[in-house]
Amino acid sequence: MTGEVAVLGAGMHPWGKWGRSFVEYGATAARAALADAGLEWREVGSIVGADTVRGGYPGYVAGATFAKALGWQGTRVTSVYAACASGAQAVNTARAQILSGLADVVLVVGADAAPKGFFRPAGGDRPDDPDWLRFRVLGATNPTYFGLYARRRIAVHGDTLEDFAQVKVKNSAMGALNPYARYRKRVTGEEVAASAVVADPLRLLDICATSDGGAALVLSSMEFARRHGVAEPVRIRAVSTVTPRYPNTVLDLPDIATDSAVAVEPAARTFRESIAGAAYEEAGIGPEDLSLAEVYDLSTALELQWYEDLGLCGAGEGAKLLREGATSLDGRIPVNPSGGLASFGEAVPAQAIAQVCELTWQLRGAAGDRQVAGARVGITANQGLFGHGSAVIAVR
Amino acid sequence: MVEGWFGGEGDAFRLLGTRCSACAAVFFPREDVHCRNPRCAGGELVEVPLSRRGRVWSYTDGRYRPPSPYVTDPELPWEPYALIAVELAAERLVVLGQGVPGLGVADLAVGMEVEVVPGVLHEDAETVWTTWQWRPTTGVRS
Ligand SMILES: [Zn+2]
Repeated sequence: MTGEVAVLGAGMHPWGKWGRSFVEYGATAARAALADAGLEWREVGSIVGADTVRGGYPGYVAGATFAKALGWQGTRVTSVYAACASGAQAVNTARAQILSGLADVVLVVGADAAPKGFFRPAGGDRPDDPDWLRFRVLGATNPTYFGLYARRRIAVHGDTLEDFAQVKVKNSAMGALNPYARYRKRVTGEEVAASAVVADPLRLLDICATSDGGAALVLSSMEFARRHGVAEPVRIRAVSTVTPRYPNTVLDLPDIATDSAVAVEPAARTFRESIAGAAYEEAGIGPEDLSLAEVYDLSTALELQWYEDLGLCGAGEGAKLLREGATSLDGRIPVNPSGGLASFGEAVPAQAIAQVCELTWQLRGAAGDRQVAGARVGITANQGLFGHGSAVIAVR
Repeated sequence: MVEGWFGGEGDAFRLLGTRCSACAAVFFPREDVHCRNPRCAGGELVEVPLSRRGRVWSYTDGRYRPPSPYVTDPELPWEPYALIAVELAAERLVVLGQGVPGLGVADLAVGMEVEVVPGVLHEDAETVWTTWQWRPTTGVRS
């Protein structure tokens, strides 16, 4: 174990299609997190920005962009990009600075203004870029991969379309209780079934939307938190940033093929399993210790996969866990009490930070109507394009 | 566009990968610079044809027109095509590809045998962009 850092503040800009700049979303979230921490921006020694690749050039230098919006003050600055794992890498960077003594207090910010419709690669002809190639050669959008995973679950585990729909029903019920969520309406199984097929067997309401949004955290050393009068802060105990191991034998976004297992036997754990595994090992806890989980439900079917990858149940038992109600708000292990991506939509660099915001509020007992009773330990899980793992464990 | 990913005429049409001469690892799409097996010091990478037939690992389709850089004619109504992930037993890998024209998800099942055939991705007045496609070895279309 490498030591803990304190979460002093958490803040968000509500998700939605607001049509404004990612800078505004990030600065609003940052000011909310600072206010929550009871700190002035001038007291912060370092800022870490999670990069968006949209919004043009400034998006690649998010740390400085947010620092400028909050007012230049000569702070240490970092920008990180790891696709959907950018937020977790930003948290990890802040943690490393705190634990190494480079900074006492770090502001972590991620925000995005997403385009309408499918995510797509940046312009230009780039036949050496796997992300560009899967669109050009196959027309394989992100939902294509979600559809492949869903169909595979139906074939191998016997999941049904109704199981998938019930994930949306569950998450929308919790998202309806979250003032930061984009969608705050409860959805029924009939509504999911009546929505248009996007990538067979998944329908529009099985697949998360794209959104604008922002999220921010104020992290500090445990000593600073005590000096600041916070004796028992929510603490980050582990951040997993692992890559896959060769051969990666589960077809992964954005790849056209898997690695071959001819030369080397695959590791016992798949990539997604290893993301959670690394976090558990670093935190010195197991899935049985969790009070809640926030997972990347890019599709309803993928949430069921995460149950298994997090060790909440055995392989192929995800739908059973859902049917038992274990992952509902009043269940044994609530999953996505925030409402998840089903309720938020994707704002790529913000989402992994938003997951930690939700853990923070839950572990403080400050999550309002969506509070998980007695929450003590939470995990986030996410996967960044091109082989970026992302999981955070927080405790109270 | 994807130079050297496939070749051959008629029944001899194959996907082309590379094989590391030191560790025997196979790569598709072809890896021509370094062997990516972390336990391998690296050997010469030699072109190899992949198995012609495999079994469906999973499949889906796209009911909405994909964005650029996929090339479609916006004047024409969108016709979904199947996308099929196929497990090649000898190479122990899964390759994604389009289904042949007219093949829909209702014609497919996980585990079904398919074979690789040449196909047309897109054509305009000057150029025909060819690609690989998967076709069931029995059933719907001969
Ligand atoms: Zn090798």
